[in-house]
Amino acid sequence: MSNSSAQISAPATARQDGRRFNDAVKRTALALLVPVLVLICWQVVGQSAQFSGAVPTPGRVASAWYDWIFADAGMGLNPYLGTWASNVQYSTLRVIQGFSLAMLIGIPLGLAIGWSRLASLTLDPMVQGLRPIPITAWLPFSIALFGIRDMGSIFLIFLGGFYAIVVNTTQGARDIDRNLVRAASMMGASSSQLLRRVVLPAAMPSIFTGLRIGLGISWTAVIVSEMVAVKSGLGYVLWDAYYVGRMDIVLADMASIGLMGFISDRLIVMIEHKILVWRILQNH
Amino acid sequence: MSDIFVSELSKTYGGASPVQALDNIDLQVNTGEFVALLGPSGCGKSTLLNLIAGFETPSSGTLTVGSQPVTAPGPSRGVVFQEAALFPWLNVWENVVFGPKIAGQSKGDYVERAEDMLNITGLSAFKNHLPVQLSGGMRQRVGIARVLTLGSRVLLMDEPFGALDAQTRLTMQELLLSVWQQLRTTVVFVTHDIDEAILLADTIYVMSARPGRIATRIPVPIERPRSLDLITSELFNGLKRDIMQQMRH
Repeated sequence: MSNSSAQISAPATARQDGRRFNDAVKRTALALLVPVLVLICWQVVGQSAQFSGAVPTPGRVASAWYDWIFADAGMGLNPYLGTWASNVQYSTLRVIQGFSLAMLIGIPLGLAIGWSRLASLTLDPMVQGLRPIPITAWLPFSIALFGIRDMGSIFLIFLGGFYAIVVNTTQGARDIDRNLVRAASMMGASSSQLLRRVVLPAAMPSIFTGLRIGLGISWTAVIVSEMVAVKSGLGYVLWDAYYVGRMDIVLADMASIGLMGFISDRLIVMIEHKILVWRILQNH
Repeated sequence: MSDIFVSELSKTYGGASPVQALDNIDLQVNTGEFVALLGPSGCGKSTLLNLIAGFETPSSGTLTVGSQPVTAPGPSRGVVFQEAALFPWLNVWENVVFGPKIAGQSKGDYVERAEDMLNITGLSAFKNHLPVQLSGGMRQRVGIARVLTLGSRVLLMDEPFGALDAQTRLTMQELLLSVWQQLRTTVVFVTHDIDEAILLADTIYVMSARPGRIATRIPVPIERPRSLDLITSELFNGLKRDIMQQMRH
């Protein structure tokens, strides 16, 4: 009996898997259709006599990118041979440092503002007052304060991530279901236990929203700051390549930044799915 | 001996137009007594429960539980909420042992009791489920198992079955009857359902609205253990008729 049912269900799941696979193929094909067409047009137009030279073709960008990643650095005279990995590493490291700092300060601060009336009255006006100053406007101040060094860049990245994390965490802590707080205090929770065991987990979905937005802004901040405040990283290469007229490297650099932003966002989403299983089940 | 002692208790909500939610409430609940607060919505029955729980503070009057004045919520008064109010990020087991765990009790002190309470509420097979994976009735069972594990002196239940469908409500009432039969805790049960009040309670306090007052106290002279069959009996219907008449006044 159980054997026959297993035999019946096996082909059914295989068919289901097959359908899901076909769906995925179709979706990927549709998603790639427009970008591929754009690339083809770009290649054709770029090769024509009128436009050649103004903007590098996708082919040239790809080959410059390849050399930038894989070519032998040689004597190190050409900065665009084999230096990709180290520049990606510089930028990523700065983002990790600045963004970690933003989380370390932003999440507790947001919880405090959202949870305590006193913290809300004393700290929220300052956060809201400073927030409208764009992070790019902080650049000269940051260089004056930290010099042309890593810290100047990390400070901007921190600011970029910080506001999004604070604001969303505050919202999450404010929106907490009153009965959850009542239930916990009825069971004898102290205020620190309430904060750690009820307010923090309840605010977690909003915190993750803040992390995703903040990380995007942090990547903007690292590029801007590296153009001005330091002499390494993807932002520095971007500006430098523009100055020496290497548009192929400029475009390869832009694509690299996009790629890193995409990967780091996926990373956060992966962690979110691990931690917020309850939330994902709730939404289905 | 009275477990809950309420005397001349009033509650007014301030603001531009103050609302008197409770006016001069006198109420005594004996140890092991099952009391129902019955009344239409807006009669202040939930406010009274919130005051006993310590979620809100009275405007005037005396309120003691176990001869201690109530100043804040605490594990001596376990509350079952209408929407269960479980922590959605914790599974059934973690929800049920939340109280003893944060009180710093060692595992040996609460595991057995929690297992027992899950057992009598029929949840043993669902320990690892998240609240979102349970039906409304099952979630309410967890809410009950949670306060039973807490070992509260008094259970306060705020229309715990009000959001459930009729079928599930009957099952839950039967469950509560059998649980109470075993544990005999003091219970204050808020409801607007006359049948529910008669079926469960030893004493019914009928409340009237605007301002919230206790209109009458009605003892329920039905023997225990009780079962659902009661609902169709002559005695039950007579009581129900009386209460309905009083509620109309």
